[in-house]
Amino acid sequence: MNIEYNERRTLAQRSLKGKIGTTLPKLDVPAQDMPDAEDIRTDLFLPEVSEGEVVRYMTSISQMNFSIDTNYYPLGSCTMKYNPKVNEEMANLPGFANIHPRQPKSTVQGALELAYNLQVILAEIVGMSGCSLSTMAGAQGELAGMLMIRAYHVSRGDYKRKYVLIPDSAHGTNPASAAMCGYEVVTIPSDTAGNMDIDALRTACNEETVGLMLTLPNTLGLFDNNILEICKLVHDCGGLVYGDGANMNAMLGRTKLGDLGFDVMHFNLHKTFSTPHGGGGPGSGPVCARDILVPFLPSPVIRRDTDEELDSYSLDEPDTSIGKTSAFHGNFGMLVRAYTYINLLGANGLLEVSENAVLNANYILANLKDYYNLPYDRVCMHEVVFSAKNQKQQSVSALDIAKRLIDYGIHPPTMYFPLIVEEALMIEPTETESKETIDKFIQVMQIIAQEVLDDPLLLKNAPHSTPNTRLDEAKAARNPDLRWHLSS
Amino acid sequence: MTPETRHSPYVPNTETDRDQIIKRLGVSSTDELFQDIPKEHYLPKLNLNEPLSELEITRELQRLSMLNDTPDTMPCFLGGGAYRHFIPSIVKHVINRAEFATAYTPYQPEVSQGTLQTIYEFQSLICQLFEMDIANSGMYDGATAIAEAALMACRITKKDRIAVLNTISPAYTSVIRTYVEPQGLEIYSVDPSDIKLDERTACILVQHPNFYGYLEDLKNIAKIAHENGTLLVTSTDPIFLGMFNAPGKYGADIVVAEGQPLGVPLSYGGPYVGLFTCKSEFVRQMPGRIVGKTTDTKQREGYVLTLQTREQHIRRERATSNICTSEALIGTAVVAYIGSMGRVGIRHVAEMAYHKAHYAASMISQIPGYSLPFGGTFFKEFVVSCPVSPEKLNDYFLENGLIGGIDVSDRVKDGLLIAVTEMNTKEEIDRLVSLMTECRSSK
Repeated sequence: MNIEYNERRTLAQRSLKGKIGTTLPKLDVPAQDMPDAEDIRTDLFLPEVSEGEVVRYMTSISQMNFSIDTNYYPLGSCTMKYNPKVNEEMANLPGFANIHPRQPKSTVQGALELAYNLQVILAEIVGMSGCSLSTMAGAQGELAGMLMIRAYHVSRGDYKRKYVLIPDSAHGTNPASAAMCGYEVVTIPSDTAGNMDIDALRTACNEETVGLMLTLPNTLGLFDNNILEICKLVHDCGGLVYGDGANMNAMLGRTKLGDLGFDVMHFNLHKTFSTPHGGGGPGSGPVCARDILVPFLPSPVIRRDTDEELDSYSLDEPDTSIGKTSAFHGNFGMLVRAYTYINLLGANGLLEVSENAVLNANYILANLKDYYNLPYDRVCMHEVVFSAKNQKQQSVSALDIAKRLIDYGIHPPTMYFPLIVEEALMIEPTETESKETIDKFIQVMQIIAQEVLDDPLLLKNAPHSTPNTRLDEAKAARNPDLRWHLSS
Repeated sequence: MTPETRHSPYVPNTETDRDQIIKRLGVSSTDELFQDIPKEHYLPKLNLNEPLSELEITRELQRLSMLNDTPDTMPCFLGGGAYRHFIPSIVKHVINRAEFATAYTPYQPEVSQGTLQTIYEFQSLICQLFEMDIANSGMYDGATAIAEAALMACRITKKDRIAVLNTISPAYTSVIRTYVEPQGLEIYSVDPSDIKLDERTACILVQHPNFYGYLEDLKNIAKIAHENGTLLVTSTDPIFLGMFNAPGKYGADIVVAEGQPLGVPLSYGGPYVGLFTCKSEFVRQMPGRIVGKTTDTKQREGYVLTLQTREQHIRRERATSNICTSEALIGTAVVAYIGSMGRVGIRHVAEMAYHKAHYAASMISQIPGYSLPFGGTFFKEFVVSCPVSPEKLNDYFLENGLIGGIDVSDRVKDGLLIAVTEMNTKEEIDRLVSLMTECRSSK
């Protein structure tokens, strides 16, 4: 018998009629008339598995994952930092985890106070005037931010604007969000220093410009030193500047987007403020805006009223809001986690985050640039982008290098992004890793650079240490097998 | 400008480590690394509270959490899209496993088989429950799921009008508007008794059971829609499907739901997960992540993210959506929930909710002055027409230690929407009924 196959049997393969995984109480009210027989379902086919079997199954497959608690993730653009345990405990307090989103406000003052305080803190960190927490992920924050810019133009009777400027180094969510606002995208190239090409921007700005979507530092890990001029150019043509907060870890306490000229931005609480990634969500993407855009924030916004020195909090839905972006008030559980984290750090702690994130990234840059091509050789912020184009000449790709890292217990960096760097390897060490771990990572990357020369096949067949070797993605797309079936 | 005292237990570099790094970089201080930031905007004043220790923040958050009343201590009859259902202990234990909770998006399948196989289970379980061909790995919540379903229907049909039945949740309508109107698509409201579709109608959005808890005539709506070349998009309640026919049975083309009832804490509105299913011919227009089974170089089975050319990181502005999450950990909770509840458990929960809700409705309708304004079949939620304003009635409940229902008097005259689940004991229901009996006139 193939033992591995056995461990990975699906719930359907484990199902046996008659097994139950939980107990429920007897009905304590008189049985009522049943609905029409034709409405009643007769074909509900779900697995029947005992509780212990579900636990062992899910535990055993969980162990096939890399995770922050078990492995190092130098994963660019996603800030895979350590997720403090106390955050989880706070979000699971019954007074937060068990409250219904439609409870009367007098029964949820603690939740509203926390959310209000977080709005104030986030706005302060980026130098903005207002904040809404109702957006449930970074990409939704982007969409909301761009809808706010749209609402601003419309409120001024300015209907001619239809082009959103986006640098070629941007995340894919930026153009996708702009398109969801009904706008067209104009791509702005980068210059040889890794900044936005300021002349190209100047040419692109005109009376049809909606605004600019910009990540700062950009996805090359570089702080665009023309930032003041960039914001001015966009403002001068009547456009507004949107800030993608994916890389806020580098900026904490160092500068405020609002001071630099940004009009609206989103945070990724799951990146910057340590809420867990969960294998791909849930995240949270609060939106902060300067005064002119505050009236358009997504609903609800938490309001504080003070009456005879007594504070009370409520959900407010401003008339000019772009509307709701979630059924209720956003991912509240993630807000509790981020609030816990920020309060543990305070202003000095935030400075310490950005300081060590940037120190660690530059340390990697300095120690690996003799081994891997560095397309933009200048001081980086929280992440550094190398190119494996020299290794490619040995027919070893960025993908092969990434997969080989797995054999050393390290999660691959982000690959082939940003798109403007050939064979890109994007590395973000974060501040929560020790110098010891980072030294080990550097050493492993140096060893791999030598392996490229000595034994390219070792890399091309990597990883060698995982439950599965490389998987056939073409086959998965060609013959989609997206579910199991159970028909009895 | 290095902070003189360290505050964060989450930064392991010591002073010595930092000095060594600074020396290796050949700079005089960390500030030199931030030289690209305009000087006049570097190190602004940051007005935040002093940092708290873990003990202090725990105390502070316990204080805030205790300002809230929970349905654990106050009987609660709220629904309207989020429901208090029993969550077996196993669910919390599974999702608290750090290998699930602290993992990244499974872009690297060799080190993400746990997450990927769990998502494959999630897609399978949701398809089985919904009687639909395909499920994706999850959307943000039920509201954005129906909004994205409307966008998807417009892409499939290349039509630009969206008919919305006037019995769907007002919160959902608001989110749908936020999503579709900027794209130049037009929403219009239709009454179930008079469904008007035209050649531009891409889809009709139906909630079943509807916002008021009642079943719609899906069979008939499906017929009208399909005769017009319009897609039927249905939002449902996953627990309802444990007992009643699934919309898929009536030919719904896209079926979505709020996944919260399947083992997810109420958590004041989120994080939840949107469930999203469709007929197989529409899979390439689906938003969100999808996991597929394949084989590795040694012919062993394994799982990968697939059909990614629909998604923003590949297709950018031509993607089916900008979504870049699947609420994976909440999906994991759903797998643990359905996995342990199984066929019998889900059916049992649905029937308990049904009987208790119907018991409550029958008791309430016997109180002089109260009545049920709607006919037809409801599941676990129903509207009561009250002799006093629902607002006053809810205040009266609250004064007496009970959280009532949702005031829907803006849509149904003197209407109060009441949800009952297996979590409400007979005692709680009887208490609700006796408070209603006491509060029959506007004092």
